[in-house]
Amino acid sequence: MVDPLVCVKRVVDATSEVVLTDDEQGVDGRYAGFTTSAHEECAVELAVRIAADAGGTATVMTLGDDDAVEQLRAALAVGCAAATHVVADAQAFGPADVAREIAAVVRDHEAAGTPHELVLLGNDAADTGDFQVGIRLAYELGWPVVNGVSTVTVADGEVTASGSGPDGHETFRLPLPAVVTVLEGGVEPRYPSVPGRMKAKKVPIEERRPTADPVGPSRVRLVLPPPSPSTVQVLGTGPEAAPAVVDLFEQLGVLAR
Amino acid sequence: MADVPTTARVVVIGAGIVGNSLVHHLTRLGWTDVVQIDKGPLPNPGGSTGHASNFIFTVDHSREITDLTLDSVAQYKEMGVFTQSGGFEIARTEERMEELRRRMSSARAWGIEAELVSPSFVKEKVPFIEEDQFIGAFWTPGVGVVDSLRAGTIMRERALATGELTVVPTVEVTGLDTTEGPHGRRRITRVRTTGGDIEADVVVIAAGVWSPKLGDMAGISIPLTPAVHQMISVGPCPQLAEREGEISFPIVRDMDTFCYERQHGADMEVGSYAHRAILHEPEDIPSIEQAKLSPTEMPFTSDDFDPQLEQAYELMPELLGAEGAEMRYAINGLLSLTCDGNPILGESDVAGLWTAAAVWIKEGPGVGRAVAEWMTDGHSEIDLHHSDIARFHDHQKRREHTRLRTTESFIKTYGIVHPGEQYESDRDQRLSPMHDSQEKLGAVFFETAGWERPFWYETNASLLEAYGDAVMPREHEWDSRWWSPIINAEHLRMREAAAVIDLSAFCIFDIVGPEALDVVQTTCVAQCDVAVGKVVYTPVLDAKGGFRSDLTVMRLGEDHFRVVTGGAHGMADRAWFAGHLPEAGATTLTDLTDDVSTIGIWGPRARDIVSSLTADDVSDAGFGFLTCREIDLAGTSVLASRISYVGELGWELYVPMEHAAGLWEALLEAGAPHGAVPAGIGVYGTTGRIEKGYRAYGAELDSERTIVEAGMQRPKVKAADFVGKEAYLAQREEAPRAVLCTLTVDDHTSASGTKRYMLGGEPILTRDGGTLTDGHGHHPYVTSAGSAPSLGKHVLLAYLPPDEAVIGNQLAVSYMEELYPVTVGSIDATPLLDPTNERIR
Amino acid sequence: MIVVLVEVTPAGEVVETSLEAMTFARDLAAAGGGVPIDAVVVGQPDEALVGTLASYGARRVHALTGPAYDSFSGAAWAAGLMAVRERAGAVVVTAAGTPRGNEVLAHVAARSGVPMAANVVSFGSLSPFTVTRQVVGGAALEEMSLAQRPAVFSLAGHAVEATPAPAAGVGELVAETPEVADADLVARVVSTEEPEPDLSGTLKSARVVVGAGRGAGSAEGFDDLLELAELLDAPLGVSRVVTSLGWRPHHEQVGQTGSRISPDLYIPCGISGAIQHWAGCSSARTILAINTDPDAPMVTKATHAVIGDLHEIIPAVNAEIRRRRA
Repeated sequence: MVDPLVCVKRVVDATSEVVLTDDEQGVDGRYAGFTTSAHEECAVELAVRIAADAGGTATVMTLGDDDAVEQLRAALAVGCAAATHVVADAQAFGPADVAREIAAVVRDHEAAGTPHELVLLGNDAADTGDFQVGIRLAYELGWPVVNGVSTVTVADGEVTASGSGPDGHETFRLPLPAVVTVLEGGVEPRYPSVPGRMKAKKVPIEERRPTADPVGPSRVRLVLPPPSPSTVQVLGTGPEAAPAVVDLFEQLGVLAR
Repeated sequence: MADVPTTARVVVIGAGIVGNSLVHHLTRLGWTDVVQIDKGPLPNPGGSTGHASNFIFTVDHSREITDLTLDSVAQYKEMGVFTQSGGFEIARTEERMEELRRRMSSARAWGIEAELVSPSFVKEKVPFIEEDQFIGAFWTPGVGVVDSLRAGTIMRERALATGELTVVPTVEVTGLDTTEGPHGRRRITRVRTTGGDIEADVVVIAAGVWSPKLGDMAGISIPLTPAVHQMISVGPCPQLAEREGEISFPIVRDMDTFCYERQHGADMEVGSYAHRAILHEPEDIPSIEQAKLSPTEMPFTSDDFDPQLEQAYELMPELLGAEGAEMRYAINGLLSLTCDGNPILGESDVAGLWTAAAVWIKEGPGVGRAVAEWMTDGHSEIDLHHSDIARFHDHQKRREHTRLRTTESFIKTYGIVHPGEQYESDRDQRLSPMHDSQEKLGAVFFETAGWERPFWYETNASLLEAYGDAVMPREHEWDSRWWSPIINAEHLRMREAAAVIDLSAFCIFDIVGPEALDVVQTTCVAQCDVAVGKVVYTPVLDAKGGFRSDLTVMRLGEDHFRVVTGGAHGMADRAWFAGHLPEAGATTLTDLTDDVSTIGIWGPRARDIVSSLTADDVSDAGFGFLTCREIDLAGTSVLASRISYVGELGWELYVPMEHAAGLWEALLEAGAPHGAVPAGIGVYGTTGRIEKGYRAYGAELDSERTIVEAGMQRPKVKAADFVGKEAYLAQREEAPRAVLCTLTVDDHTSASGTKRYMLGGEPILTRDGGTLTDGHGHHPYVTSAGSAPSLGKHVLLAYLPPDEAVIGNQLAVSYMEELYPVTVGSIDATPLLDPTNERIR
Repeated sequence: MIVVLVEVTPAGEVVETSLEAMTFARDLAAAGGGVPIDAVVVGQPDEALVGTLASYGARRVHALTGPAYDSFSGAAWAAGLMAVRERAGAVVVTAAGTPRGNEVLAHVAARSGVPMAANVVSFGSLSPFTVTRQVVGGAALEEMSLAQRPAVFSLAGHAVEATPAPAAGVGELVAETPEVADADLVARVVSTEEPEPDLSGTLKSARVVVGAGRGAGSAEGFDDLLELAELLDAPLGVSRVVTSLGWRPHHEQVGQTGSRISPDLYIPCGISGAIQHWAGCSSARTILAINTDPDAPMVTKATHAVIGDLHEIIPAVNAEIRRRRA
């Protein structure tokens, strides 16, 4: 039996123009809305599959404000069966703070008799892009860590993880317990079903406070990069532009078969 | 890409379903030099049209909305973008079944094919529905879905084909310039855009949820609010994927849970009106760049939707829980809501600046046509008075009011709304000087145009015993909701002694100046060139001879006329008269509504009471009917007008606001020994008038009705020219196609033995339930219904086919899907009570 | 002193972004009064590689070798890098912001108990030391302070242009065989295979890619685009919204979290050009954007554009191609 813990973060769904909050400490999500980072959606999918294969329970956790429950419910709706919410202002927590809090959850769950042999995280958060929480967590726990993989399986107390590296497709194999950070692309995260969503609504969420005051993210402020000037050449409007388009194809030599 | 032209005859702002329909109909009606702009790209600029669920249920309790919808459907069909699917509105409760029966009344009244069906009937057409979750349904086979984006493109292209339209997408309006015009009324001159400025005589704001922001640029209020309608898409569902095409199963509206299920290919869209009202400010709608999907597809808030999900799942578990069916698309879609649920159409306070906003897909093309007609001819074929932007009073123009009212009404989108239902929010906006006194009298306040008006007084409950069954008590909760037998008791006391009625909500304005006579002569049908001190009751027509209003005009001086009209429609009347002031003239219009209060006193003892408070001569000889003059009453100078809307002797007393409370108390005190009581609007607006067959604007009278059909023609037509005269003269020459009749209900007993009382809107049928059709192709329905306590009858007004308009003709009214026998009592304005008007003398 | 972790391609050449990191380190060193720069490589470098690093200003080139470095382990690499740093007393440890670079630096930062800044694009003051780095996939920048020593940061790709030093460094090769704890070798690569031609493979290497976004309108709206793709022998690449709406499979996604493409010609149709997407296609040589909105970021960043509805334009283009081929 494997009972993975998967860590998610509520982030602004930054597929559109980014708007900063007035205090310049974060991204304003009121237009774009909030989501779970794509890497973490894959981590959730992997956790759910690992738990299902091994007859275990996938637990999702997050550190965030009250609204972050939405991300926990989203993970519950696609197959996680338990959830832990460290209620805190994520913006005030640096990567080391977050790693410490996750480690505390892992230890407490172990003490409570529901240990996690495997912790899955996203490779990096879509907003802060720190690339380090998983690794710092591994040092907190004294566990090995595999970083940036896209598939993860567990068999016989060993985790096999693989992903694309500079020298080819790399595979890691190591005994549990372990920390693994996931890159999007290895699995297709499922969407919630209606029954899944309804079930998720009923799962009690373990709420807890941070174990210590955060050191913070060393952030001074956020700024938006200046827009770059456009040099686009407009070939035309509507279907009438088709000949000009095909002229361009010929000019670039992409039309020949 | 076209450049922004520097001039235009008309600029239409917006390329959603409304803007596109407008440019099509404007060019069709001969408008030239039309420019259409939108801040977004084409064909989907990112407004509400782009994410609409695009289905159309045709039956609404409002005739105006139904007419606009039916016209829209016809246009969609002509464009080949309508797919008929049929639609069910299902009832989970008996209360809802009753509402569906009421909906059948509306369907019959508007002539729309519909029937009440059993769950098994539904199951046959929608095999994945759980039959045991509901008890019946309202089936409208003509329901369908449209491709509103395609329709918009077709209409825009038709306009472009005339050569008179220039379309410029992706330019944003940055300002609307106005200039001071005659009588202080501003006029639109210029549209400023990110692509350059356009000089224009006429500008139409058809910008959906952004409209208030544009209105602000010109200093006008377009009181709508962007509000969220949540929608999710679940799929692929194998049951749906089996069939080709976008839609092959009827749409289901689950009325009691305020949601709908609409097939879209292999997906099922579930939309909700059950969640809390989620309102946004127009300024807070994201730009195209900021938005994740489009500006009007806001981030989905799943918590709000979760309860709805369970209800939808209950109804269609096999479909929504099918293997592989996932929730892939979920939005908080923005649409426009208004304080009264109606669109915002017409010319604003700024001359030349029009609006066509708060319009849904089902009304879009119809609104485009109607507004284009209005802009072209000054009126439209479909009566739009409920949607007229001029209807808003100042308190309704506040964003706060829209926010509060829509917060309250959102849940009523699929709700069961009683015709008398009152809003709870943002009340007490306009209080008459008598308000405190009325509260002590136990007044039950209903709201009109922000005014709190006593509908009846609980302290008059003591009269109930005296009148016994003559107060016509109602047994059924629905019939007696927002009603009290005290109304009828007050009525009987008025007919027996007298009643004092607060009419502070009247809209009052003075027209003063050298052209004042011309203004009233031009706007009013009745002869207004009368002696000073005369009171004239008159219809006001539009150019095609339909009713704009009916109101009274007092001549207070050679160059001084005072217009008194109902509060509800007063703002539109004021705008109509203001629009007829000569541009170059010195004549002015001054609104006195907030300065002058009106108190009515009527009844056989009214003269006794009034004369006890004045030394002036108020005898019939000294103060004749339809005259007015200043008298000294209880120490206050009062303009008294001898007129009656309840068919009794008495006066309307116009008194400065600051003296109104004193006069009110004096009248009640002086009246008490004579048996006078305070009476509410229940008497004034319904029982008193309906016994006298007096017509009400908005019920019997609207722009689709004529003086002749309403039975209000006088023997002669004045020589002076007036708006609608030509049409009116022609109407007089023709046989009417419908005739307004007064009917009485012969037997109220329902199948269950409970006596039922109609509230209005019910279809009139033959005795055995056969359909009647008038010369317009319309089916008769009850325009007003109410008790006539002095007759001991329940009275209905309805326009009947001329050959059915025969006194004594025995017909039936359908109420909650049961037939009740009725008899025609009057076929013109002749009242059932006191036909020779003796009581008024 | 500054230590730079330098990555080497399987062919034994310095990775371009590592040269950028060397260049950036030099600028930082100059601002700091000319502190020396040491490069650290894993494996035995040849002379040419050492020469290259010297030309970029490396004083020494530390080569980590030994059994611990036969296959990749982030912890082992970090252990070696830290051994070099400690001995040399370096105050800055940096690398290119590649997956390897960020991973190894994260280990270094965790072991040192200091913050780490990923994807830095510039530095501000030296005392206190502040940097500006990319966040939200490059859509925003964060000013961050790195007050503790060592300052650990990775450099975002293309933040600076790799340029050799005006005066080459000494380039002394130093062999390093640090002791690596067994625990640091638990998580290491056990096998490396030739990348399998996965479904997105053709996308990454294609000469022409036809892109499609929300403008396609629905899952059924791709027919014309697929036809164009076939006519141009190009794979289809889609934006994230298209895969998240379930219209197309994930392996077709181009973007920060999808495939990163670098074709000669990219034809994004109905793609507004969110940062997420731009991160995956900005390396295309020529971009022909087809969009209804002339102000869409994809259009303004493109080399060529056609304004209008893809459902009208693409059929016309397809017809024109067929006509010319006929």
